[in-house]
Amino acid sequence: MMNGRIAIEKIERLQLRQDVPTFKAGDTLAVHVRIREGEKERIQVFEGVCIGRHNDGLHSTFTVRKVSYQIGVERVFLLHSPRIEKIEVKDQGRVRRAKLYFLRDLTGKKARIRSMRDVKK
Amino acid sequence: MTHIFGPRGNLIAVTLVEAGPNTVIQVKEQGGKDGYDAVKLGFGEKKISRCTRPELGVFKAAGVDPARSVQEFRVTSKELAGYTVGESVDVTMFREGAKVDVTGTSKGRGFAGVIKRHHFKGAKERSHGTHEYKRHGGSIGTSAWPSRVLPGRKMAGQLGNARATVRNIEVVGVFAEDNLLLLKGAVPGAPDGIIRIRERV
Repeated sequence: MMNGRIAIEKIERLQLRQDVPTFKAGDTLAVHVRIREGEKERIQVFEGVCIGRHNDGLHSTFTVRKVSYQIGVERVFLLHSPRIEKIEVKDQGRVRRAKLYFLRDLTGKKARIRSMRDVKK
Repeated sequence: MTHIFGPRGNLIAVTLVEAGPNTVIQVKEQGGKDGYDAVKLGFGEKKISRCTRPELGVFKAAGVDPARSVQEFRVTSKELAGYTVGESVDVTMFREGAKVDVTGTSKGRGFAGVIKRHHFKGAKERSHGTHEYKRHGGSIGTSAWPSRVLPGRKMAGQLGNARATVRNIEVVGVFAEDNLLLLKGAVPGAPDGIIRIRERV
Protein backbone atom coordinates (compact mmCIF):
# COMPACT_ATOMS: atom_id res chain seq x y z
CA MET A 1 0.00 0.00 0.00
CA MET A 2 1.11 3.51 -0.73
CA ASN A 3 1.86 6.04 1.96
CA GLY A 4 -0.93 8.63 1.99
CA ARG A 5 1.32 11.63 2.37
CA ILE A 6 3.52 10.51 -0.52
CA ALA A 7 0.49 9.98 -2.73
CA ILE A 8 -0.82 13.45 -1.97
CA GLU A 9 2.56 14.99 -2.72
CA LYS A 10 2.68 13.18 -6.01
CA ILE A 11 -0.68 14.59 -7.10
CA GLU A 12 0.28 18.07 -5.93
CA ARG A 13 3.62 18.03 -7.68
CA LEU A 14 1.87 17.56 -11.00
CA GLN A 15 0.21 20.92 -10.59
CA LEU A 16 3.07 23.07 -9.37
CA ARG A 17 4.01 25.88 -11.71
CA GLN A 18 7.57 26.06 -12.82
CA ASP A 19 7.45 29.67 -13.99
CA VAL A 20 7.05 31.40 -10.64
CA PRO A 21 9.63 34.21 -10.29
CA THR A 22 11.52 34.75 -7.05
CA PHE A 23 9.98 37.53 -5.04
CA LYS A 24 9.31 38.33 -1.43
CA ALA A 25 7.42 40.73 0.75
CA GLY A 26 8.16 44.34 -0.14
CA ASP A 27 8.53 43.70 -3.84
CA THR A 28 6.29 45.51 -6.27
CA LEU A 29 4.45 43.02 -8.46
CA ALA A 30 2.28 43.19 -11.53
CA VAL A 31 0.02 40.15 -11.50
CA HIS A 32 -1.60 39.32 -14.81
CA VAL A 33 -4.89 37.63 -13.99
CA ARG A 34 -7.09 35.80 -16.46
CA ILE A 35 -10.64 37.02 -16.05
CA ARG A 36 -13.66 35.31 -17.57
CA GLU A 37 -16.62 37.41 -18.49
CA GLY A 38 -19.28 35.15 -19.90
CA GLU A 39 -17.50 33.36 -22.70
CA LYS A 40 -14.80 35.93 -23.24
CA GLU A 41 -11.52 35.83 -21.47
CA ARG A 42 -9.26 38.78 -20.91
CA ILE A 43 -6.27 39.67 -18.82
CA GLN A 44 -6.29 42.18 -16.03
CA VAL A 45 -3.16 43.47 -14.37
CA PHE A 46 -3.15 43.99 -10.63
CA GLU A 47 -0.12 45.99 -9.59
CA GLY A 48 0.92 46.66 -6.04
CA VAL A 49 3.20 45.76 -3.19
CA CYS A 50 3.50 42.18 -2.02
CA ILE A 51 2.83 42.39 1.71
CA GLY A 52 3.29 38.75 2.51
CA ARG A 53 3.75 35.24 1.27
CA HIS A 54 2.30 32.07 2.68
CA ASN A 55 4.46 29.15 1.62
CA ASP A 56 2.63 25.82 1.63
CA GLY A 57 3.46 23.88 -1.51
CA LEU A 58 0.55 23.81 -3.90
CA HIS A 59 -1.54 25.84 -1.46
CA SER A 60 0.94 28.73 -1.34
CA THR A 61 -0.52 32.20 -1.57
CA PHE A 62 0.72 35.76 -1.69
CA THR A 63 -1.00 39.01 -0.88
CA VAL A 64 -0.71 42.12 -3.03
CA ARG A 65 -1.80 45.52 -1.77
CA LYS A 66 -2.44 48.65 -3.72
CA VAL A 67 -4.21 51.90 -3.05
CA SER A 68 -6.83 52.55 -5.67
CA TYR A 69 -8.64 55.90 -5.56
CA GLN A 70 -7.69 56.34 -1.89
CA ILE A 71 -9.10 52.91 -1.05
CA GLY A 72 -6.68 50.24 0.03
CA VAL A 73 -7.23 47.04 -1.95
CA GLU A 74 -5.63 43.72 -1.10
CA ARG A 75 -5.86 40.57 -3.17
CA VAL A 76 -4.73 37.14 -2.13
CA PHE A 77 -3.54 35.01 -5.04
CA LEU A 78 -2.82 31.33 -5.17
CA LEU A 79 0.78 31.14 -6.29
CA HIS A 80 0.20 28.10 -8.50
CA SER A 81 -3.20 29.07 -9.87
CA PRO A 82 -3.61 28.65 -13.63
CA ARG A 83 -5.68 31.83 -13.53
CA ILE A 84 -2.47 33.78 -13.16
CA GLU A 85 -1.01 34.42 -16.58
CA LYS A 86 2.27 35.72 -15.23
CA ILE A 87 3.82 37.55 -12.33
CA GLU A 88 6.14 40.44 -13.08
CA VAL A 89 8.52 41.68 -10.45
CA LYS A 90 8.60 45.45 -11.02
CA ASP A 91 10.78 46.43 -8.13
CA GLN A 92 12.48 44.86 -5.16
CA GLY A 93 11.85 46.56 -1.86
CA ARG A 94 14.13 46.76 1.13
CA VAL A 95 12.11 45.64 4.13
CA ARG A 96 12.99 44.08 7.46
CA ARG A 97 10.06 41.81 8.05
CA ALA A 98 8.21 39.04 6.24
CA LYS A 99 4.66 40.37 6.64
CA LEU A 100 4.09 44.03 5.94
CA TYR A 101 0.70 44.36 7.60
CA PHE A 102 1.80 47.66 9.13
CA LEU A 103 1.33 49.25 5.69
CA ARG A 104 -2.42 49.07 6.24
CA ASP A 105 -2.20 51.74 8.88
CA LEU A 106 0.06 54.04 6.89
CA THR A 107 -0.89 56.41 4.11
CA GLY A 108 0.84 58.78 1.75
CA LYS A 109 4.60 59.19 1.96
CA LYS A 110 4.82 56.96 5.04
CA ALA A 111 3.47 54.02 3.09
CA ARG A 112 6.39 53.96 0.69
CA ILE A 113 8.95 51.20 0.65
CA ARG A 114 12.59 51.85 -0.08
CA SER A 115 13.72 50.19 -3.26
CA MET A 116 16.63 47.80 -3.25
CA ARG A 117 18.12 49.86 -6.08
CA ASP A 118 18.37 52.98 -3.92
CA VAL A 119 19.85 51.07 -1.03
CA LYS A 120 22.72 49.62 -3.00
CA LYS A 121 23.91 53.03 -4.23
CA MET B 1 -7.15 15.88 1.46
CA THR B 2 -5.61 18.32 -0.92
CA HIS B 3 -6.89 20.44 -3.75
CA ILE B 4 -6.61 20.52 -7.49
CA PHE B 5 -7.26 23.20 -10.07
CA GLY B 6 -10.36 22.69 -12.20
CA PRO B 7 -10.68 23.33 -15.94
CA ARG B 8 -11.33 27.03 -15.40
CA GLY B 9 -8.64 27.46 -12.82
CA ASN B 10 -11.14 27.04 -10.01
CA LEU B 11 -10.09 25.25 -6.86
CA ILE B 12 -11.61 21.88 -6.10
CA ALA B 13 -11.04 20.32 -2.69
CA VAL B 14 -10.40 16.61 -3.12
CA THR B 15 -9.74 13.53 -1.05
CA LEU B 16 -7.15 11.11 -2.30
CA VAL B 17 -8.29 7.51 -2.02
CA GLU B 18 -6.32 4.38 -2.73
CA ALA B 19 -8.90 2.16 -4.37
CA GLY B 20 -7.77 -1.35 -4.95
CA PRO B 21 -6.59 -3.49 -6.45
CA ASN B 22 -9.27 -5.56 -4.78
CA THR B 23 -9.38 -9.32 -5.11
CA VAL B 24 -12.63 -11.11 -5.80
CA ILE B 25 -13.00 -13.56 -2.93
CA GLN B 26 -16.42 -14.97 -3.59
CA VAL B 27 -19.20 -14.69 -6.13
CA LYS B 28 -22.69 -15.29 -4.81
CA GLU B 29 -25.49 -16.22 -7.14
CA GLN B 30 -29.23 -15.94 -7.03
CA GLY B 31 -29.48 -19.55 -8.17
CA GLY B 32 -26.84 -20.79 -5.71
CA LYS B 33 -27.17 -21.50 -2.03
CA ASP B 34 -26.86 -17.83 -1.14
CA GLY B 35 -30.01 -16.88 -3.00
CA TYR B 36 -28.84 -13.44 -4.13
CA ASP B 37 -26.28 -11.91 -6.47
CA ALA B 38 -23.23 -10.31 -4.92
CA VAL B 39 -19.45 -10.20 -5.05
CA LYS B 40 -17.16 -10.24 -2.06
CA LEU B 41 -14.02 -8.13 -2.45
CA GLY B 42 -10.89 -8.02 -0.35
CA PHE B 43 -8.55 -5.07 0.12
CA GLY B 44 -5.06 -4.91 1.61
CA GLU B 45 -3.00 -7.55 3.35
CA LYS B 46 -3.50 -9.36 6.61
CA LYS B 47 -1.14 -11.63 8.51
CA ILE B 48 -2.31 -15.21 8.65
CA SER B 49 -1.69 -15.20 12.39
CA ARG B 50 -4.23 -12.40 12.73
CA CYS B 51 -7.00 -14.25 10.93
CA THR B 52 -9.66 -16.29 12.64
CA ARG B 53 -10.16 -19.85 11.45
CA PRO B 54 -13.48 -19.13 9.70
CA GLU B 55 -11.83 -16.19 7.91
CA LEU B 56 -8.96 -18.36 6.78
CA GLY B 57 -11.45 -20.85 5.40
CA VAL B 58 -13.02 -18.20 3.20
CA PHE B 59 -9.66 -17.08 1.83
CA LYS B 60 -8.52 -20.65 1.34
CA ALA B 61 -11.63 -21.57 -0.59
CA ALA B 62 -10.98 -18.68 -2.92
CA GLY B 63 -7.26 -19.42 -3.14
CA VAL B 64 -6.32 -15.82 -2.35
CA ASP B 65 -4.14 -14.13 0.27
CA PRO B 66 -5.88 -12.93 3.43
CA ALA B 67 -7.23 -9.39 3.04
CA ARG B 68 -7.41 -6.67 5.65
CA SER B 69 -10.90 -5.60 4.75
CA VAL B 70 -13.62 -7.73 3.18
CA GLN B 71 -16.71 -6.12 1.74
CA GLU B 72 -19.66 -7.55 -0.07
CA PHE B 73 -21.32 -5.65 -2.88
CA ARG B 74 -24.73 -6.45 -4.33
CA VAL B 75 -24.67 -6.53 -8.13
CA THR B 76 -27.18 -7.38 -10.83
CA SER B 77 -27.06 -10.84 -12.33
CA LYS B 78 -25.86 -9.33 -15.59
CA GLU B 79 -22.89 -7.64 -13.93
CA LEU B 80 -22.09 -10.81 -12.04
CA ALA B 81 -20.75 -12.44 -15.18
CA GLY B 82 -17.82 -10.00 -15.18
CA TYR B 83 -16.41 -11.32 -11.91
CA THR B 84 -14.34 -14.46 -11.34
CA VAL B 85 -12.89 -15.55 -8.02
CA GLY B 86 -9.20 -14.72 -7.71
CA GLU B 87 -9.27 -11.90 -10.24
CA SER B 88 -8.75 -8.33 -9.21
CA VAL B 89 -10.96 -5.29 -9.55
CA ASP B 90 -9.19 -1.97 -9.84
CA VAL B 91 -9.75 1.72 -10.02
CA THR B 92 -10.40 1.74 -13.76
CA MET B 93 -14.02 0.78 -13.12
CA PHE B 94 -14.59 4.39 -12.10
CA ARG B 95 -14.75 7.16 -14.67
CA GLU B 96 -14.03 10.82 -14.20
CA GLY B 97 -17.26 12.69 -13.58
CA ALA B 98 -19.05 9.65 -12.16
CA LYS B 99 -21.02 9.98 -8.93
CA VAL B 100 -20.36 7.60 -6.06
CA ASP B 101 -21.53 6.97 -2.51
CA VAL B 102 -18.84 6.63 0.11
CA THR B 103 -19.34 4.77 3.38
CA GLY B 104 -16.91 4.72 6.25
CA THR B 105 -16.54 4.99 9.99
CA SER B 106 -16.73 8.60 11.13
CA LYS B 107 -14.09 10.06 13.43
CA GLY B 108 -14.90 9.27 17.06
CA ARG B 109 -15.60 12.26 19.29
CA GLY B 110 -16.23 10.27 22.43
CA PHE B 111 -19.00 11.19 24.86
CA ALA B 112 -20.08 14.56 23.54
CA GLY B 113 -22.44 17.14 25.00
CA VAL B 114 -25.62 18.32 23.30
CA ILE B 115 -24.04 21.39 21.76
CA LYS B 116 -21.44 19.44 19.83
CA ARG B 117 -23.63 16.41 19.21
CA HIS B 118 -26.98 17.94 18.27
CA HIS B 119 -26.07 21.58 17.64
CA PHE B 120 -28.11 22.86 20.58
CA LYS B 121 -27.76 26.59 21.11
CA GLY B 122 -26.72 26.62 24.75
CA ALA B 123 -27.69 29.23 27.27
CA LYS B 124 -28.65 32.61 25.86
CA GLU B 125 -27.62 34.57 28.91
CA ARG B 126 -24.23 33.65 30.24
CA SER B 127 -23.72 36.31 32.86
CA HIS B 128 -26.01 38.04 35.39
CA GLY B 129 -25.75 35.23 37.88
CA THR B 130 -26.34 32.33 35.46
CA HIS B 131 -24.41 29.52 37.05
CA GLU B 132 -23.17 26.25 35.51
CA TYR B 133 -25.73 26.30 32.73
CA LYS B 134 -23.89 27.57 29.64
CA ARG B 135 -23.77 24.36 27.62
CA HIS B 136 -26.74 22.47 29.03
CA GLY B 137 -29.65 21.14 27.02
CA GLY B 138 -32.43 22.58 29.17
CA SER B 139 -35.71 20.85 29.85
CA ILE B 140 -36.14 17.27 28.66
CA GLY B 141 -39.89 17.05 28.97
CA THR B 142 -43.08 17.84 30.84
CA SER B 143 -44.04 17.11 34.42
CA ALA B 144 -47.25 15.40 35.55
CA TRP B 145 -48.06 14.08 32.11
CA PRO B 146 -46.52 11.87 30.79
CA SER B 147 -44.17 11.75 33.77
CA ARG B 148 -41.47 10.25 31.63
CA VAL B 149 -39.02 11.31 28.96
CA LEU B 150 -40.25 10.61 25.45
CA PRO B 151 -38.17 8.25 23.33
CA GLY B 152 -35.81 9.91 20.86
CA ARG B 153 -34.99 12.79 23.20
CA LYS B 154 -31.69 14.30 22.07
CA MET B 155 -29.14 14.14 24.85
CA ALA B 156 -25.42 13.85 25.37
CA GLY B 157 -23.72 10.62 24.37
CA GLN B 158 -21.31 8.94 21.99
CA LEU B 159 -20.63 11.01 18.87
CA GLY B 160 -18.85 9.67 15.84
CA ASN B 161 -17.12 6.31 15.45
CA ALA B 162 -20.26 5.17 13.67
CA ARG B 163 -21.02 4.13 10.12
CA ALA B 164 -21.55 7.19 7.95
CA THR B 165 -22.34 7.56 4.27
CA VAL B 166 -21.83 10.57 2.05
CA ARG B 167 -23.80 10.33 -1.16
CA ASN B 168 -23.26 11.78 -4.60
CA ILE B 169 -19.55 12.41 -4.39
CA GLU B 170 -18.03 13.24 -7.76
CA VAL B 171 -14.99 11.38 -9.05
CA VAL B 172 -12.65 14.09 -10.30
CA GLY B 173 -9.65 12.01 -11.17
CA VAL B 174 -8.56 8.43 -11.77
CA PHE B 175 -4.90 7.44 -11.64
CA ALA B 176 -4.75 3.83 -12.73
CA GLU B 177 -1.00 3.33 -12.27
CA ASP B 178 -1.14 4.23 -8.56
CA ASN B 179 -4.69 2.93 -7.96
CA LEU B 180 -5.70 6.39 -6.83
CA LEU B 181 -9.05 8.10 -6.99
CA LEU B 182 -9.67 11.79 -6.47
CA LEU B 183 -13.05 12.37 -4.84
CA LYS B 184 -14.58 15.82 -4.62
CA GLY B 185 -14.88 17.05 -1.05
CA ALA B 186 -14.56 15.07 2.13
CA VAL B 187 -15.27 11.45 2.97
CA PRO B 188 -16.13 9.95 6.38
CA GLY B 189 -13.35 8.89 8.71
CA ALA B 190 -9.81 9.64 9.69
CA PRO B 191 -6.79 9.64 7.36
CA ASP B 192 -5.78 6.09 6.37
CA GLY B 193 -9.22 4.77 7.29
CA ILE B 194 -10.96 2.20 5.18
CA ILE B 195 -13.96 3.24 3.14
CA ARG B 196 -16.41 1.58 0.85
CA ILE B 197 -17.07 3.21 -2.51
CA ARG B 198 -20.01 2.27 -4.68
CA GLU B 199 -21.90 3.64 -7.60
CA ARG B 200 -24.45 6.17 -6.45
CA VAL B 201 -27.77 4.69 -5.52
